[in-house]
Amino acid sequence: MCGSGGAGVMTAANMLLDAAADAGYYALFGRSAGPQIRGGEAAALVRLSAEPVTSVDDTTEILLAIDWQNVHRFAAELPLDGKCVIITDPTQGEVPEVMAKSGARIVELPMKDLAKEIPGGRPNMIALGAICQLIGLPIDTVTEVLGKSLKKKRADAYEASVAAVQKGAEAALTMGETKRLPTVSDKPNRWSITGNEAAGLGAVRGGITFCAAYPITPATEILEWLTSALPKIGGTFVQAEDELASINMCVGASFGGAPSITATSGPGLALMTEALGMSLASETPVVVVDVQRGGPSTGIPTKSEQSDLNIALYGMHGDAPHLVVAPNSIGDCLFTTQWAVHLAEVLQSPCIVLSEQSLGQSRGIIPAPADIAFVGKRLIAEAPAEGEKFRRYALTNTGVSPMPLPGTPGCQYTADGLEHTETGMPSSQAGDHFAQSDKRLRKLTGYEFGDHWATVEGEGELAVITWGSSTGAAREAVMRARADGVKAKLISLRLLAPARHDAMAKALAGVKKALVVEMSHTGQFHKYLRAEYDLPQTQLLNRAGPLPFRPHEIHSRLLAMGGK
Amino acid sequence: MTECTAMTYTAKDFKSDAKPVWCPGCGDYAVLSSITKAFADLGLEPHKTAVVSGIGCSSRIPAYTNCYGFHTIHGRSLVVATGLKLARPDLTVLVAGGDGDGFSIGGNHFLHSCRRNVDMTYVVMDNRVYGMTKGQPSPTTEADWDASAMAPPGGTGLTPFNPLAIALSAGANFVARAFSGDPNGTAAIIAEAVRHPGFSFVAIMSPCVTFREEQREWKNVVRPAEGEPATDAAEAAKRLMQDDGYNMGVLYKGDRRPYRPVTGSGKTVADLDIQFAL
Repeated sequence: MCGSGGAGVMTAANMLLDAAADAGYYALFGRSAGPQIRGGEAAALVRLSAEPVTSVDDTTEILLAIDWQNVHRFAAELPLDGKCVIITDPTQGEVPEVMAKSGARIVELPMKDLAKEIPGGRPNMIALGAICQLIGLPIDTVTEVLGKSLKKKRADAYEASVAAVQKGAEAALTMGETKRLPTVSDKPNRWSITGNEAAGLGAVRGGITFCAAYPITPATEILEWLTSALPKIGGTFVQAEDELASINMCVGASFGGAPSITATSGPGLALMTEALGMSLASETPVVVVDVQRGGPSTGIPTKSEQSDLNIALYGMHGDAPHLVVAPNSIGDCLFTTQWAVHLAEVLQSPCIVLSEQSLGQSRGIIPAPADIAFVGKRLIAEAPAEGEKFRRYALTNTGVSPMPLPGTPGCQYTADGLEHTETGMPSSQAGDHFAQSDKRLRKLTGYEFGDHWATVEGEGELAVITWGSSTGAAREAVMRARADGVKAKLISLRLLAPARHDAMAKALAGVKKALVVEMSHTGQFHKYLRAEYDLPQTQLLNRAGPLPFRPHEIHSRLLAMGGK
Repeated sequence: MTECTAMTYTAKDFKSDAKPVWCPGCGDYAVLSSITKAFADLGLEPHKTAVVSGIGCSSRIPAYTNCYGFHTIHGRSLVVATGLKLARPDLTVLVAGGDGDGFSIGGNHFLHSCRRNVDMTYVVMDNRVYGMTKGQPSPTTEADWDASAMAPPGGTGLTPFNPLAIALSAGANFVARAFSGDPNGTAAIIAEAVRHPGFSFVAIMSPCVTFREEQREWKNVVRPAEGEPATDAAEAAKRLMQDDGYNMGVLYKGDRRPYRPVTGSGKTVADLDIQFAL
């Protein structure tokens, strides 16, 4: 569903989602927009299903344009074919040539004129009614949703919207056949949530009580959510003057004992790298969520890419072992962020969470996430025995040394970005640098990360190795390939640093060929895999953002690799 | 150690046994003594006190105290301290550093810390030069200073930064100037700054005897400021803009309410799930 800003595309799409949710469906709702604050073109990309969905589909079944103003700019994001129906308002301009030539069936729906027949009626509600009729979503569910959002506040708007939805549905009766939703018999336990909200919830579930952040697209919704959520649970949110301030405030709060998080995107992460090094050297835990967008530099702030992997892995100067994790679905933004807090706190290390615009700003109707018991627990120091000097950076076997809460008598130390001795005194001596460097590495490489390091599904001699949002399409491709007799497994990495050599070797046992899938023009993930892991014969499917991988692209590569 | 809370501490208890990296004769030795004296005079306890700094000669100070310390990165001391104080309002937080750290690389945080008015004290040991990197002009260096090979001939030609006037206009709640050559006077000003609610800024003239030898003469030109500290910002601004830079003492005491973020409405994390469940 698309149109110019103010046409109500997002409102109608949200209502469609709510109605589908009420009826028992799962959904994925991505949004694509131009850079304008008001009046820009907008596209709502909605996929509904009786099963959980974590990817866009191959093509578009229905493309409805309330108007065509600048909608041609979305052409590359909206694959069309002869089976597609384009619904157009004849009074709002011609179907753009680039879309019409797809061979899609074009039907007319005079949304504006039909809306005028109803006092207070709006074209987007006509559109909503028509779509529900076409896909077989009962109109009652839509009017119920309208009732919930409008009835009490604005009875007149409610009446007008219901009438418009009904008029749109009637008009759609003569539009011919389109793909209809399968029927669902029950209503499983589901949530309606965006990836950015899920990251925020994961943070507080993990024990975060402090967040300082600076607004940046497409991470802002994390701050927005934490702004109101943190005070409710006794935490603190601060809007900082810049990203340098936000990360450093987080490190300061964490030094004080408060598990801390900030959220940003690529440009902000670039500014934060020096402070992340300080967090690492001083062993003061902190979590940074980077909701990736198109880069480099200001890039494409409103659209997705998987191209901050290099800066997340290698952005810090010096030998800087740290944690990098990545969620692979909207729901996984919750788990992975919660896990990130747990790991950062347990290992007293900075942890970067690489989310993406297409996860963060998409809303899903998803299976209700399990309540995982991961809570960040630091090893807290107690006052040393009389006459004993507290050693903040004691060289323990695990590499993790007890960290005091300021206020504890006898444990005073100076946290420092300078290399230091076991007590924390600055030192430029080789022996101290060797010992402390090894301690900082050992605590990460020696930690048992368990099965969460990756999502591994299926068996076969072929494997798709991927990460982040590309996982959804890869999963669908692997399932389709299996239906075609080509056995493949999915390996989607959640833990990017430190590398898990043994776990990967186990996952790749018996795999003869692998396909690496990533949304990076220079193949950052592929290069990382080649540097860290022993891989079988490997092919690469990669491109720059923002176009998401469609399952068929991966599916056809798998069939070719499998000799079909 | 539990009886610590009943103990009283002397200035010496607030010092560590680490030997400073500073040059003999550096003004910062006296500032260290003034800070520890102020803490002792205030009846503070070392383990409930935190000293946070940035990078530079004076920023080495946390490890020379026996408090909780954070020697952060260049220019970021104020924001690390802000996070610490907001997370731990029970601690006394003092931020220390130099003119390059605070007014150049950390200038934006200086403005916003004054404006935010979190209850902490910021002590800047101003020697009008970058000492650790051996003699470059800083934001407070006189426009015509060219006595270092690191300065352009004839000086930078740039008007020096006026930290006190800027602190006042940006919203600092307490503005004072001190001289390291008067450690007792400086200790008294720091103690008053710590006691005063909100963001307190203390600019301390602390000579660099290595790169700015002429600053040894400061002891002959400094004088106590006349009259009581201004409580009216407009009056304080007038005094600060007319000031020649050598008036010592508390120059402004405001009554702005310190920043406290909204917090605590008694919900649990589980309560937050409800908005997402269908």
